[in-house]
Amino acid sequence: MSYAMDMQNYTTQSETATSEPKIMARDVNVFYGPSQALKSIQLDIGANEVTSLIGPSGCGKSTFLRCLNRMNDVIENCTVEGRISLDGVDLYNSGLDPVLLRARVGMVFQKPNPFPKSIFDNIAYGPRLHGTVSNKDELDERVEKSLRRAGLWDEVKDRLDKPGTGLSGGQQQRLCIARAIAINPEVILMDEPCSALDPIATAKIEELIDELRERFTIVIVTHSMQQAARVSQKTAFFHLGELVEVGETDRLFTSPQDDRTQGYITGRFG
Amino acid sequence: MTDNTPHLKVNPALLKRRNAAEKRFRFYGLAAVMTAVLVLCLLLTSIISKGYTAFQQTYILVDIRLDAETIDPKGTKRVEDLAAASYRGLLRSALREQFPGVEGRKAKRALYGIVASGAEFDVRDAVLNNPKLVGTTATIAVKSSDDVDSFYKGYIPRDVPESNRKVKDRELVWLDTLSADDRIVKQFNVDFFTHGDSREPEEAGILGAVIGSLYTLAITLALCFPIGVLTAIYLEEFAPTNKWTDLIEVNINNLAAVPSIVFGLLGLAIFLNFMGLPRSAPIVGGMVLALMTLPTIIIASRAALKAVPPSIREAALGIGASRMQTVFHHVLPLAMPGILTGTILGMAQALGETAPLLMIGMVAFIADIPGSMSDAATVLPVQIYLWADSPERGFVEKTSAAIMILLAFLVVMNAIAVILRKRFERRW
Amino acid sequence: MPDTKDHIVSSFDKELRIIHEIIIRMGGMAENQLSESVDALVQRDSAKAELVRKEDAKIDALEEELEAAVIQLIALRQPVANDLRAVIAAFKISSDLERIGDYAKNIAKRSIAINQMPPQKSVTSIMRMSRLVQEIVKDTLDAFSNNDKDRAIDVWHRDEEVDEMYTSLFRELLTYMMEDPRNIGACTHMLFIAKNIERMGDHATNIAETIYYLSTGERIEGKRPKGDRTAFQILTPDDGEGEVEI
Repeated sequence: MSYAMDMQNYTTQSETATSEPKIMARDVNVFYGPSQALKSIQLDIGANEVTSLIGPSGCGKSTFLRCLNRMNDVIENCTVEGRISLDGVDLYNSGLDPVLLRARVGMVFQKPNPFPKSIFDNIAYGPRLHGTVSNKDELDERVEKSLRRAGLWDEVKDRLDKPGTGLSGGQQQRLCIARAIAINPEVILMDEPCSALDPIATAKIEELIDELRERFTIVIVTHSMQQAARVSQKTAFFHLGELVEVGETDRLFTSPQDDRTQGYITGRFG
Repeated sequence: MTDNTPHLKVNPALLKRRNAAEKRFRFYGLAAVMTAVLVLCLLLTSIISKGYTAFQQTYILVDIRLDAETIDPKGTKRVEDLAAASYRGLLRSALREQFPGVEGRKAKRALYGIVASGAEFDVRDAVLNNPKLVGTTATIAVKSSDDVDSFYKGYIPRDVPESNRKVKDRELVWLDTLSADDRIVKQFNVDFFTHGDSREPEEAGILGAVIGSLYTLAITLALCFPIGVLTAIYLEEFAPTNKWTDLIEVNINNLAAVPSIVFGLLGLAIFLNFMGLPRSAPIVGGMVLALMTLPTIIIASRAALKAVPPSIREAALGIGASRMQTVFHHVLPLAMPGILTGTILGMAQALGETAPLLMIGMVAFIADIPGSMSDAATVLPVQIYLWADSPERGFVEKTSAAIMILLAFLVVMNAIAVILRKRFERRW
Repeated sequence: MPDTKDHIVSSFDKELRIIHEIIIRMGGMAENQLSESVDALVQRDSAKAELVRKEDAKIDALEEELEAAVIQLIALRQPVANDLRAVIAAFKISSDLERIGDYAKNIAKRSIAINQMPPQKSVTSIMRMSRLVQEIVKDTLDAFSNNDKDRAIDVWHRDEEVDEMYTSLFRELLTYMMEDPRNIGACTHMLFIAKNIERMGDHATNIAETIYYLSTGERIEGKRPKGDRTAFQILTPDDGEGEVEI
């Protein structure tokens, strides 16, 4: 029964994947000063699917992720060449305001980083900042909705005024996800969101990612190949700044085309 | 694998040496701490033992006939008239009546000398407090002279030859008589906290210097806190790292190490000679101290900003905050305890600073309590320096007392720094 | 080994190697069982047949051992890509080999029964067919140990021959039975033996398909060649034979 349903999901998934990709990267080169971190990356990220980026440390997957919401702008000497577009609009060369871009492309980080404020203020910060709510009631509603969507509401509804830093690691990370979705972004980038969490908290986040896929396009960087296999529809393998292979996750994990991919995912690298 | 290296075997000699070295190191550390504590105790004991007496003042009870004819000939009983009257004659005649045997100009002058030169004002104040005393004979406590005060505080011993003694044999007789009559009393020295500086030790107070210090620090804080914090924010959060910012950074670090007297010279040249600001004024002192404190505050603020984890910045940026919003909504509030601590420590340093103020004339003798930032004033450390330089015996205890006041201020400021840090400190 | 490059975790390699070795051993034993059982039939040697029946337990034991090793490896190592394919392939191949062993045992059992009856002419045809299947099984196992997908495809195609041979043997046996009803008992046994050998060929084909998947990650393209037409055959005593499409 559930298998049949999965299969159904799967087919609708591949249908959406064939439509126009949400994010397109073409010939993307990234340099940190003189050293090249990414070499001519071509990657399409489909809407409403989870794309995971895997690869050994320093392979450029996080760098690529940070290109997608221009977080690299903050880093000095970082230059991005090539074309990355979101819904066909060039992120770097079309006068798009990076601050607004980041409101459309939210981000969740490796280490849970709630603001040292109350749980409520953590969520409310984004909507207040962007003026997307007009009164207190709307704000309350938005906070509740975001927390519910992040599966955290029942755990924190009685202590919204307590500091967000007082939550457990997994709860903090879900708080950060709730904070990201409170401004209704189109894309959510996740940079190793579970690397600091225990397996139960990880499972909760993964379940959450699967639910969020309905409304958001998700790109996740992960060091855990099992996690990539569990949560994503597409997987891209990066190595030494190159995009070695990208494909449907089940295909990539059963019969990868490239020897480097195979060597990496089976643990033969090195 | 054929690694045949034997497993670790404990070498008792090595272990013993290692443990001994560790023990020795701990002992050295403890010894150093104990030495520091000992020296501090010595210093405090010395200051307090010399200075605590300054908070008391010896008074002589004198029966004064407050002759209505002399004080208030018109009988108006108005405060102005009572205040304008001369009480010196009344006090002197009262003293003469106390010791009827005193004859001759010299002896009489010596007799008048056992009370302070300003003792008549004690009489006046008593009358002003209670105008009904006019026309009666009242027992009024008048301030003794500084020598008498010192004698009763034990600084002038009886058993030295009269020629080497400030209080002569004749005066000793009078004082003994007064003591026998229970006419010598010690009271809390209110004047020390309410008077400005004076040439007479028994009249000198700390208030002028305290107010001067407060004005100066207010100027310093108003100038260097905003400038210092904004500079730190710009350098830490916005400035690109290049040769120019490196140069600025090196210069700021060097400025922190420049001797303070140089800042005094700078203030003299620019604020006084070039800009023509008033000499000895807290406004100029504050500006000079601001120059001196600025690098400290910038360095402390930058360290505090740097200590805010980058994940907080990323979180704010990732949600679509601009860099300025990121800094002012998140980074600055988290860095505030550190910045405030640095600022207060910088202020404490400024409070204790003397050298640059000497250069801009804040070392002058100023008896008035300053009424504004541009009035001539002195500050606590300079006051200490001035009193320490004065020859009168009475100023010795005043110096120590002033040091105690200064230390109290510093302790309070440091305590505020600790409290602020505790209160605003947040976990992240 | 499917891959010459070693894992970073060397015990992983060791476990994969153990699984691989079990398959090779099982293959060798299954091959041997087949030839021994047919020998027992041809030589009318009931003692040998008895031995074959006993030997089958060893193949079953090996299969159990392999099953345990595979489950343990999946649980502890979570293999992916070629490792995953190797483990799953081993699992499938072992069950195919176990079936081959079972068929050999069945042949041995039937040969004991046939030995009580007069010698049969069809034994030579059975021998020919079994030789072909033996070759196929052997080639399959070679393809497995060398991870040789071309050889696997080759084996896959050769199953057609076995099927054709079975079809003709089927006809032959039917003819004998019609000739003389006293042959029916022995011929029925022979028919089952022939079917067993034909099924062994099918399992060898399965193994070949698995080897192809193991090596490439894909299924062999195209329809499986089928030469076995006995399912569609109707024979009447009058005209000897006839074919009907259903």
